[in-house]
Amino acid sequence: MTFEPKIVGIFCNWCSYMAADLAGTARLKYPENLRIVRVMCSGRIDPQFVFWAFKKGADGVLLAGCHLPTDCHYIEGNFKCLRRYKLLKKLLPQFGIEPERVRLEWISASEADKLQKVSKEFTEEIRKLGPLNIEG
Amino acid sequence: MSGDIKIGVYVCHCGRNIAETVKVDKVVEFAKNLPNVVVARDYKYMCSDPGQELIKKDIKEFGLNRIVVAACSPNLHESTFRKACKEAGLNPFLFQMASIRELDSWVSEDVEKATEKAKALVKAAVERVMLHEVLEIQKTKINPNVLIIGGGIAGISASLVLADAGVKVYLVEKEPTIGGHMAKFDKTFPTLDCAACILTPKMTAVKSHPNIELLTYSEVVDVEGYVGNFKVKIKKKPRYVREDLCVGCYDCIEDCLFLEPIYESEFDAGVGKRKPIYIPFPQAVPLVPVIDPNTCVYFKTGKCGNFCRDACERGAIDYNMKEEIVEVEVGTIIVATGFKTFDASRIVQYGYGRYPNVFTSLQIERMLNSAGPTGGEILLSNGEKPKSVAIIHCVGSRDENYNEYCSKVCCMYSMKLAHLIKERTGAEVYNFYIDIRAAGKGYEEFYKKIMSEGVYFIRGRVAEVTDIAKSPEEEGKLIVVAEDTLLGRVRRIPVDMVVLSVGLEPNPDAEKLRSLLKLSCTKEGWFLEKHPKLAPVSTVTDGVFIAGACQGPKDIPETVAQAEASAGEALSLIQKGEIELEPNIAFIDEKKCSGCRVCIAMCPYGAIYFDKEKGVAVVNSALCRGCGTCVAACPSKAAQQYLFRDEQILAEIEGVLSI
Repeated sequence: MTFEPKIVGIFCNWCSYMAADLAGTARLKYPENLRIVRVMCSGRIDPQFVFWAFKKGADGVLLAGCHLPTDCHYIEGNFKCLRRYKLLKKLLPQFGIEPERVRLEWISASEADKLQKVSKEFTEEIRKLGPLNIEG
Repeated sequence: MSGDIKIGVYVCHCGRNIAETVKVDKVVEFAKNLPNVVVARDYKYMCSDPGQELIKKDIKEFGLNRIVVAACSPNLHESTFRKACKEAGLNPFLFQMASIRELDSWVSEDVEKATEKAKALVKAAVERVMLHEVLEIQKTKINPNVLIIGGGIAGISASLVLADAGVKVYLVEKEPTIGGHMAKFDKTFPTLDCAACILTPKMTAVKSHPNIELLTYSEVVDVEGYVGNFKVKIKKKPRYVREDLCVGCYDCIEDCLFLEPIYESEFDAGVGKRKPIYIPFPQAVPLVPVIDPNTCVYFKTGKCGNFCRDACERGAIDYNMKEEIVEVEVGTIIVATGFKTFDASRIVQYGYGRYPNVFTSLQIERMLNSAGPTGGEILLSNGEKPKSVAIIHCVGSRDENYNEYCSKVCCMYSMKLAHLIKERTGAEVYNFYIDIRAAGKGYEEFYKKIMSEGVYFIRGRVAEVTDIAKSPEEEGKLIVVAEDTLLGRVRRIPVDMVVLSVGLEPNPDAEKLRSLLKLSCTKEGWFLEKHPKLAPVSTVTDGVFIAGACQGPKDIPETVAQAEASAGEALSLIQKGEIELEPNIAFIDEKKCSGCRVCIAMCPYGAIYFDKEKGVAVVNSALCRGCGTCVAACPSKAAQQYLFRDEQILAEIEGVLSI
């Protein structure tokens, strides 16, 4: 049986969640593994959300926000997200978590096809990495 | 505490949209067994009246104090269900939506997996809603002034509707005159009524309307604020002629150092000429010349007799005019920036720019215009009338190499041009088309009429336009080579003139505005509406509306309809006087705050200040826009965001992972 990874998406309301809505309207199919949670801005994404997701059984976390440099609905939240993401990538190995399990993508409201592509790719990558089993 | 929580879960079938891929009954069974869930039901259409009644009845009957609806995206019906909760006496924020349509049934193929995903999404919503709290609705006042960006027929129509309703309008146009593309046309399809006769009275009305402040030759450079309260900076470019003094007598233009116009006129799309000081066209509004410093001898060398200045009796010429920044405050913004035509020289094999008798449709429009550069005559580069003309449709449209979309107006305007060319020159006219798209009121009838006039229609995409003759009758002609897909063979049609029916592309300025106003665009660059059917002129930015071709290719009737719709939307907000804001603002628990002030540096709106006496940071809720970046940064977890508290998001994350 193939391993079905659990993937949490944390998406900003204005660009990436809109892209997810558009993917729906356009009936673009992507793996059921991705479960999207909405926040207002990618700048709201606290690194603890990612750790919490891993703790609660996620094998991968996909963060998504508005394109750099100027697409953020709140001026510069995407930059703050990027900074935290870079730190997070450094922090993860210290917990024994492969940094590849977290991915940040800029997905605009019209890029439903990008969401589809990224989610397929990411699911495959995580499938190759195997289960995280952080508590096991 | 949790003993007091009574949750109702409602799973929508959305006809077959959800029920086809998600086993709704399984999701309901699952929901019934979740903690604190008192009742779980399904219904064909939860958003319908009976669906909402179901929720309201249950709230009263079971004393429900939390509601979860698993249906479409919250962007579509969150407000509908919040309203239903409110009507049943429940605080509307004790509600959570699970999107099992956009995020699940529509994007999944496997019924089992989609059903499991739906369960997880429902569980996440149930876990989350338990942590919801009663919130007050925030309101903000709507400034009744409106900014309209773009002075084409869309901007003009919207301005007049609003101004007539007593609203103050700032109409900003980047060109020296309003009128847009429509001002360049001679006749409009399918009625063949004269464009100027229907447009110029509206242009004059804009100029003379007491409620419209017209800012031509100006661009929006900065926008701050939010719905109801936008602060806008507009750059007024210097035209070197004072609008308040000029009467549009043309004396300055006549006396210019250049006796003849020698520079390419932008307005005439390259078929007409202008002087360095010029009025784009005789019916321009405002009827005030502009000096182009790039071609004016005085600006280039300082050596000119300043004839224009001396010619003006009113002293309106002012070489020292400087760029000016005007600041205005408005409550709503209508974007009507229109389109640009496809650059025909990109398709090298059609010969535009190489053969002097290959023109774009816009150039032919200018020639046909009786106030245009040829006085309404269709002329070849040698000044003679053509005896045969080929019109090539879909230039830059429906073509994977350029734009995949259909530009919608080209079939109709090509047929209009065919009619006018035949009428004015008596030439044989050949239309090369892929399909004729004549869907519109009176459009098919127009197509029939043009066919009956003896215009030829050849079905096939043109391969090339060449001047290499293969037979004596092709000598000295342009030969249009195309496969006639109805006859099934390649044809070579020799003609005197070729017209390229160029498609529509987004205005290049759209990108700048998009980022200023935080709008979204399609991948081609057209502004994205909030909902393609239900909110066609609204955008993701509240208080910003779109109208006309900036949203996608469209003809004049559709543009005007959209413009007036956007004016209606703006008016609706103005009339209401205030708007409800999402209460998702940040706040700081002063008991937890250590006074580190990290949040203050994070806030993009300067909404957090430091209370020195208490030694804590405080959010100014009037300035907070609810991004939550301070919350993510707070090391003490003192900063939180309503509707997006840490524990609410964490509960949702845990929920989506549960299955």
